[in-house]
Amino acid sequence: MDNTIPAVALRGITKTFGSVVANDHVNLDIRKGEILALLGENGSGKTTLMNMLSGIYYPDEGQIFINGEEVTIQSPKDAFRYGIGMIHQHFKLVDVFTATENIILGLEEKGRLDRAAASKKIQEICDLYGFQIDPQRKIYQMSVSQKQTVEIVKALYRGADILILDEPTAVLTPQETEKLFAVLRNMRADGKTIIIITHKLHEVQELSDRVAVLRKGSYVGEMMTRDTNPQEMTNMMVGRQVTLNINRPEPVNPKPRIEIKGLTVTSPEGVLKLDHIYFDIRAGEILGIAGISGCGQKELLEAIAGLQRVESGQILYINDDGKAEDLVGRDPLEIQHMGVALSFVPEDRLGMGLVGNMDLSDNMMLRSFRDGRSVFTNRKQPHDLAEKVVEELEVNTPNLSTPVRRLSGGNVQKVLVGREIASSPKVLLTAYAVRGLDINSSYTIYDLLNQQKQAGVAVVYVGEDLDVLLELADRIVVLCGGRVSGIVDGRTADKNEVGMMMTELGGSERIRAMEGEGLA
Amino acid sequence: MHNKPKEPLIHMSKRKALTWYQAWGIRLIAIVIALAVCAVITSVTTGLNPFEVYATMFSGAFGSSRRMWILGKEIAILLCISLALTPAFRMRFWNLGGEGQILIGALATASCMIVLGDTLPNVILIPVSIIAAIGAGAVWALIPALFKARWNTNETLFTLMMNYVATQLVAFFVIFWEVPKGSGKIGIINQSTEAGWLPVIAGNRYLLNILCVAAITIGMYIYLTYSKHGYEISVVGESVATARYVGIKVGWTIVRTLMLSGAICGFTGYLLVAGTDHTLTTTLAGGQGFTAVMVAWLAKFHPLGMVLSSFLLVFMSRGASEIASGFSLNESFGDILTGIILFFIIASEFFILYKLHFRGFSRKTEKNAENAASQMKETPSAGKQSGPAGSDNEEEKREDSANV
Repeated sequence: MDNTIPAVALRGITKTFGSVVANDHVNLDIRKGEILALLGENGSGKTTLMNMLSGIYYPDEGQIFINGEEVTIQSPKDAFRYGIGMIHQHFKLVDVFTATENIILGLEEKGRLDRAAASKKIQEICDLYGFQIDPQRKIYQMSVSQKQTVEIVKALYRGADILILDEPTAVLTPQETEKLFAVLRNMRADGKTIIIITHKLHEVQELSDRVAVLRKGSYVGEMMTRDTNPQEMTNMMVGRQVTLNINRPEPVNPKPRIEIKGLTVTSPEGVLKLDHIYFDIRAGEILGIAGISGCGQKELLEAIAGLQRVESGQILYINDDGKAEDLVGRDPLEIQHMGVALSFVPEDRLGMGLVGNMDLSDNMMLRSFRDGRSVFTNRKQPHDLAEKVVEELEVNTPNLSTPVRRLSGGNVQKVLVGREIASSPKVLLTAYAVRGLDINSSYTIYDLLNQQKQAGVAVVYVGEDLDVLLELADRIVVLCGGRVSGIVDGRTADKNEVGMMMTELGGSERIRAMEGEGLA
Repeated sequence: MHNKPKEPLIHMSKRKALTWYQAWGIRLIAIVIALAVCAVITSVTTGLNPFEVYATMFSGAFGSSRRMWILGKEIAILLCISLALTPAFRMRFWNLGGEGQILIGALATASCMIVLGDTLPNVILIPVSIIAAIGAGAVWALIPALFKARWNTNETLFTLMMNYVATQLVAFFVIFWEVPKGSGKIGIINQSTEAGWLPVIAGNRYLLNILCVAAITIGMYIYLTYSKHGYEISVVGESVATARYVGIKVGWTIVRTLMLSGAICGFTGYLLVAGTDHTLTTTLAGGQGFTAVMVAWLAKFHPLGMVLSSFLLVFMSRGASEIASGFSLNESFGDILTGIILFFIIASEFFILYKLHFRGFSRKTEKNAENAASQMKETPSAGKQSGPAGSDNEEEKREDSANV
C-alpha cells in the first residue's frame, strides 16, 4: 500500500447466515477517489460485504476502518454519518412521493420542513455532476433509470463520499448506462470514492480503475484494470480457465413455427405498444430480438404467450403437419399445451414466473401440477425435476426445500429457465435470461438455448446486450417504438447498423409513447 | 468519532430455519414466562395467590366432565370458523365476513326448521337444512368474491359490511317468527318435536358437533396441502402475476375458494342452530367470526395448528370467566391475563425468526450453542432443558435452547 490511507479498509470480515458462510475473513482496501469494481459470481458474497459497509448487516467478525479509524456501522444512518451511501438493486423509494420528498425522507434536520430549499440543494447536486431529474416529479412517473438517479442523489444529498452501486446497469439501456458512467466519472473527478458491483466485464474495463475479486465468500485478489483483461478476470472469478466464445451451431432444418401477421397491441391506457408487426419464428434457430427498453418486446412475448390482449392481427402457430392455428384469443393454458413456453425474467425477477415463498420443488410444479386426473398434486415428479435442474445448472441452494426468494438472483433465474426448458417446448420464449447473471451462469444458459435450438425448438431470445445477441442469434428482429425496423442475419450484421435501427426509425413515435406513459 | 468504536449492545440476525421441536420449545418458554408475568401482576394488583388463580382457571376449563364437554364444543365452533377463513386467507383474501356468513347459514337453518319442521321427517329435514345453510353461507361469500374477481374491490371492507346486512336480516326474521308474539325472541325452535335437531349420539349432545369439525379439520388440511386446488390457492396468494402466467384462472380461483370459505361458515351456523343452541339470535356468532381471524393467524393458516390456537383461546376465555366469578373479580381481569399471554406468544415468533447477539456474549454464545448442539444430538431432551451454565439471562436461554 502506498502512503495514502485507504478510504475504506475491511479486515477479516466474516458473515454467516445460518450454516451459509457469505463472507469468510475478507480483507479489502478501497482508495480515495477511485472507482473499484467488485467482481464475483452470483452468490460469491459481494452484496453481503457491501451491505455490511452500508449498515444493513452487522458483521459476525472483523473490523471496518474509514479513513484509518475503526468504526462500528450498525445502521444505514451510521453509514451515512461516515459518508457511505449504497444504491441497491431494488430501489427503496416511496412511489407516491416526489423525488425531493424521497430524498429528504428520514433526515432529521432542525427547523421547519423546507421543500423549496431542499429542491434547490438537489438541483445544485444535479448540476454539479450532470444528473437530469425533475425534483418535483413523483417516483411512479419515473423510468427505472430516473429512479436510480434519485437514489444516487439521495446518497449525495446525505453527504456520501463513498458510493456503493449494486449492479446499477442491470436494468439500464446502453444509452442510460453511458449517461450513468459519465456521471460517475464526474463524481470521481470530484474526489468521491465509488464501488461498483457488476457482471459486465466490458463495463468494468470502461469505467473502473481497479478490480477486486471475490469467490465463494473469500477474497481472491485485486489488480489494476488497465493491467488485466476479461479472460483473466473471468478465470479469477470462476477459479478455472473459461472460454469466452459463445457457440453458434448452424440452424437445424429451419422451418416456420410461428408467423406473426400485423400484430397490434395497445396498453390499457391506450398507448400503442406494437404497431402492425410482421415476422416469423423458425424451428431450429435462435431468433434474437433487439431494441431499447420499452419498445414492445415485453408485449410481443406476452401476446404470443396469451397474456396480453391483442388489438388486431394474427399469431399463427404452424403445426408439424403444416396446419396453422391462430394463438390470438386463446388462454395461456391452451397455448402452453400447444408447446409454447415463456421464460420471462422480469425486472424484479420474482414478479412473474416463480413464487418466492415456495420451495424449489413447488416452483417446478407450477407448470405440471395439473397433470393427471387426480385431485391431488403429484410431488414426486417436480421433486425429481428440481433435483435435476439443481444438478445440471449448478444451482447454489442449501436444499430443495429452500424458498426461492432466499436464493441469489442468478440462481433464481436458473431455476426459472431450467423449468421452462424441462417442459420440452416447441417454442421457447426468453426475455433477459441472463440479466444479472455472472459470466459462468450466462454461458450455461447460452449452452442450454443452443441445445434447445439443435433439438429443433424455435428459440426467441430477447436480450439487452447487443454483443451477445450478435454472437448467439441466427437472425435478429430489431424493434423500435413498437415497429419492426429491420430483420438482419446474426452472422453478418454489424453492431453499429443494428444500433442505428434500434433508435432511428420511429424515434419520434417512441418519445410520444413515452410521454403518454408518463401522463397515464 | 471521539468515542471508541464498540460492538452494538444488541444486534439481531436471522436464524436459519429451526426444526419444529426447537420452535415449539421457544413457544413453550414464552408461555412459561407469560405465566410468570401474569403471576406477578395478579399478586401485585389483587393480592391473591397466583397459583390459586391458575388452579381456578384450570378447573374452569377442565373441572368437571360437563365443563370439558363445553370446552370441546366451544373449541369445535371456533375451530370450524377458523378453518372456514383459512383457504381465503391463504389466498390473501381477507375474509372478515365470517360473522355474517355464519348468521346467514344459521338463518337458513332456522328457516328450514321452522317452515318445514312439521312437514318433513328428520331424515330429510336435516340434509335439507345443511344444504340450505351451506348454500346461504357460500352465496354470502360469493358476492364480495365476484366483485373482487371482476373489479378488484377491497374485500376487507366488503365482507365486513356484509356482516351488518346479515345481522339486520336475522333481526328482521327474529321478529317475523317471534314466539310468543311481542317477545322479540324466537325461543327454542321445535322444542316439543325436536324436528331438525341434530341427534344426540353416544349420550352426549356435543359429540356430533366435535366429530364434524374434526372431519373438516382433516379434510381442510389435506385439501390445502395436497390438492391441486390448494396449490392454486397458494400461488394466487403469493403472486397473481405468476398465477396468470402459468394459466391459473385467478378470478375463478377466488370465487371458488370464497364459496368454500362461506360454505363452511354457513355450516358452522348450522351447527350452532341445529346442534347446540336450537334458536336464532343476532348475537349467535358472538364475535367468533373475528376471534377466528386471530386463531388462523396464530397458527399461520395451518389447519392442524389451529386446533392448538383455538384450544388456547377458548381455554383462556373459559378460565377467565371462572376466576371472575370465583374470586369476584372484574371480568376484565381475565382479559388482561389473556392479553399478556397472547402478547408473549406472538412475540415468541420473533425469537423463532431472529437471534439476538449481546455485546461480549456473541462469540461465547456461538460456542455454547455449538456445545448445546452436540449435546442435543446425543440426548435430544437433555440439551433442551439444561441451558449452558453461566447464562442466567432468559433471552440467552431461549437462544441456546433453540440455536442449532
